[in-house]
Formats: sequence, C-alpha cells, structure tokens
Amino acid sequence: MTTTADTGRGGGPARGHDHDPAPGAPRSLVSRLLGRQPLGILFALPYAVYLAAIFAYPLGLAVYISFHDYFFAAPRARVSRPFVGLQNYADAIADPDVRQAFRNVLVFLVINVPITVVLALLLAVALNTVVQARTFFRVAYYVPYVTASVAVVAVWLFLFSGDGLVSRLLGPLAPDPPWLVNESLALPVIAVFVAWKQLGFFILLYLAALQNVPKELYESASVDGAGRWRSFLAVTVPGVRPATALVVILATITGANLFTEPYLLTNGGGPDGASSSPVLVMYQKGIEQGNPDIASAIGVILVILVLVISLINRRLLERD
Amino acid sequence: MAIGSLQTMADPSIGGAFDFSNLTLDNYAQINERVDLLRSLVNSGIFTGAVIVSTVFFGVLAGYALARLHWRGKGTLFALVLLVQVVPFQLLVIPLYVMIVRSYGLADSYLGMIVPFAINSTAVFVFRQFFLQLPEDLFSAARIDGAGEFRILWSVALPLVRPALLTVVLLTFIGPWNEFLWPFLVTKQADMQPLAVSLANYISNAAGRASNPFGAILAGAVVLAAPAVALFVAFQRHFTSSDIGSGVKG
Repeated sequence: MTTTADTGRGGGPARGHDHDPAPGAPRSLVSRLLGRQPLGILFALPYAVYLAAIFAYPLGLAVYISFHDYFFAAPRARVSRPFVGLQNYADAIADPDVRQAFRNVLVFLVINVPITVVLALLLAVALNTVVQARTFFRVAYYVPYVTASVAVVAVWLFLFSGDGLVSRLLGPLAPDPPWLVNESLALPVIAVFVAWKQLGFFILLYLAALQNVPKELYESASVDGAGRWRSFLAVTVPGVRPATALVVILATITGANLFTEPYLLTNGGGPDGASSSPVLVMYQKGIEQGNPDIASAIGVILVILVLVISLINRRLLERD
Repeated sequence: MAIGSLQTMADPSIGGAFDFSNLTLDNYAQINERVDLLRSLVNSGIFTGAVIVSTVFFGVLAGYALARLHWRGKGTLFALVLLVQVVPFQLLVIPLYVMIVRSYGLADSYLGMIVPFAINSTAVFVFRQFFLQLPEDLFSAARIDGAGEFRILWSVALPLVRPALLTVVLLTFIGPWNEFLWPFLVTKQADMQPLAVSLANYISNAAGRASNPFGAILAGAVVLAAPAVALFVAFQRHFTSSDIGSGVKG
C-alpha cells in the first residue's frame, strides 16, 4: 500500500508531502501505514476497544445465545450448549406471555406516539411565542425528564393507586377496579405517563427544529390571508417534518425499552400481563426463570421490529 | 401540565393536605429505616461520578482524534460511532448480564455497574462536533510552536470547548443517576444498590407493610430527584436545544 491513509474531512486537498511535518522530507513508513498523525489511533484506541468489548461482542453473543440451547452454568464449567436453530424463536413466538407483551408495546405506541408528537409540537410552538416567564415554563417541562423514572413513578402511584389522589377526587366516578389494576386502563395510564415524562426532551427537539423554519414562509402565508391555525398547518407542520421523524423513532425506541414503569407501576406487568412489556418478559424469562436463550430471541425480535418501524416511519415522513 | 410536573418536588406537601399529618421528618426517618439513604446516595454518587469521569476522559480523547487528527481507520470508527446509537441497549442486556455477572463475577461491585456505561458514543459525537468548529489555524500555530498533541488538546482545545464539557456532564449525569434496569440486575446486596434501585425495591416489596407507605416512598423520591433537578435548574441556561439536537442527530 502506497496511498496515504487520509480518510478524514478535508483529507483530499491536504494530501501530499508539502503538508508533512517536515516539508520536503519523504513520508516515513509509519505515516504511510498509519496516517499523518498516528497518535490519533492511540487517542481513539480506548473507545474502539470498548466498542468491541461492550458493544460488538455482546451483540454477537446475543445472536449466538438465541440460536443455542443456552443456560447459566458456573464460570469455566464445560457444558454443551447445542445449536438449536430457530427453536428459541419458535418457543418465544408460541408463548402467550410474549405475544401479549408485543401486542402491549404496539398498543403503547399507538397511544404514546400521537400524544407525544402533538403535545410536544404544540407546546414547543407556544413556548416559542411566549416571551415572559419562559424560564419558568422550560424548567416546568424539563423537570420530569431529568427526574429518575423511579422517583416519578412514586408520584404516579400516589396519584393513581386504589385510594390515590385522582380516585379520591373523582369519588364515585373513579374506575372500578382502580386505574393500575384495571385490565383495560393499566397500559393506557403507562403510555400517558411515559409521554408526559419524555415531553420536555421532545419539546427541546422541536424548539431546535422551529429555528430552522424560514420566517419568510410565515410572512407569505399571512400575505395570502392565512390565519394562525392555517399557517401552523401549512408552514410549521411540514417545516418540522424531519424532527417529527426523529421524535417518532425516539419515542418508538423508548417504548421498546419500556421496563421500569410496568415493573413498578403495575407490579411486574399486571393485571394478568395486561401491561407487561418485551423487556419485562426478557427479564422474567432470562434472569428470573433462567432461560437466557429465549430472552435473547425476544431481544432480537424486538430490535428487528424497532428497525422495521423506523424504516416505515422514514419512508412515510421523509418522502416529498 | 406545568404545575403537574412541578409537583415532583412539591408532592409531599400535597400529601400533607390529606390525612397524613406531621409528615416532614417522619417519612424520611421511616424510609431511612428500611433503606439506608446515605449509603444508597453514596453508591449512586460513586456510580454516576465514575461514569461521568470516564465518559468525559475517553470522549474528549476520541472526539479530538476524530475531529482533528489524521490517521488510518478514522472514517470507519466514525461510522461506528453513528451506528452504535441506532442499536438499542435492551438487546445487549442479556449478553452483558451473561458476561459481566456470570462469566466475570462482577455482581454486586461498582465495576460491574459502571462498565456498560463507561464510554458513551453520544459524548464522543458531541465532543467531535465541538472540536470541529474550532479554526484550524489555532492548531497549526500550536504545532509550529512545537506543542505535542497532548499539550494542544489540554491547553488549546479543551479550554475552548467548555460548553461541550458542561453539556456532556449534564447529559451523562441524568443517565446513570436515573438508571434502574442495569444496576437492578447487577446488585442484589442492599448495601451496594444505588438509590433508584433500593427505592424501587422498597416500592415493590416493603411499602405495603409500612404505616404510611406513600409518605415514605415520596420522601425517598424527593431524595432521588433533588440532585438532578437542582443541577438542571442551576445550569438550565446551558441545557439548550441546539446541544441536545447536536447530540441526538447522529
């Protein structure tokens, strides 16, 4: 190999010996093999090693485990874990608990994503026009986002449990059985909870996107006689479309990661699995019941579903 | 909505508006009886502090190398930085548990808690973006003056990207401080658990038997929420939309 190793930004024009540390000198073997500043490799090495050890290797291990009859054994014990092909996937899909968990995540997304997108966009537009007390609103929106799920869950338990604040206020109108042990209400309460908790972050994304919508479009819209609502629909909504795509993808990933809320709010996905989530089932199957192989298969299925939803979302929102 | 979110802090006093009289210190004492608050806070602090220090240290090095140095493999590594942010953590939970807890025996240790979070691709990306914005002339001048790369990074580049440091510290703080699933899997001994985990265990196990469960839970929640909220309120001016946007766009 005699070509330079420049792959970075501006690498093209910077090539050639006139940019070498010692002008005129022929490039050394080291710089030809490793690039002009081989120290960069040393700087980036910890990160690269970390990626290999904590990301690439476990990723491969997850796929490996999902194709084998894998079980926990003492470290360094010699046990045979035969290849079983798609058996773990078949077991996972045949399990009613798993199916329920995946159905739940779809219901969760159907409730959570529209609430998140609509509220975050409306509140970001409102916040963009508010001049006074802006800091107060910003803090108010972001406090749930920066607060630990476990802490906020405590507040929601206080609000929505059997004799919680909301039921007391509603009195006889309160649902029976109460919110979190009600088969048809537990999951919606969780979906609303997560939408509310994440809202500050998504408002932040929309605020950044709103800065990129050209002001001239609003002016020409008002010249054409468009009212506030009309120009919101005709200018703002299409203007922030890339941000909407990002919000939908991130909300989907959040939904797929759901664990803390069903575990704590509904006592491990109750009533009767009505609010369980795939990650919760992974935890129960993999670690509580000692079937890491089936749990890994659930993980792989989950990630494939997230990728498919992300791709569909991109197709829908990024076409012109 | 605004008021509802602020209730995170004000809730115990709303609880006081109901039957639970005389709540202030009783509840804290009660949760402290079951959960060693101080010990859990120390665990949370060690976990979060170690993650922040190593995230910033390795993030600065890798970000600088990706933005400012020319070396073989740079393009590939940057592609990996972007790729890593797409694959969600939940797929890695089981293999990481197999590796860290079962194979390396790091259950109930700080190291086991910290390892999966020690380096953060988002931080690498944020640092790279900030380093890229600095003018090349600064670096050429320093190199002509004979400064080595370590010295340039420490004396020229780092002082100029202080906002990035603050952004990364704040963003990184939120993660491990609030993280529940991973430390929950790794720590089974109560004296090793961060506050989020011990509070969650209290909620799911012990709360039913307490005389005033909500008061105690909310007292614990306030202790858990207070540092993050205080940090955020203190630095909210710096917690701007563009920083988050640049961190997430990858």
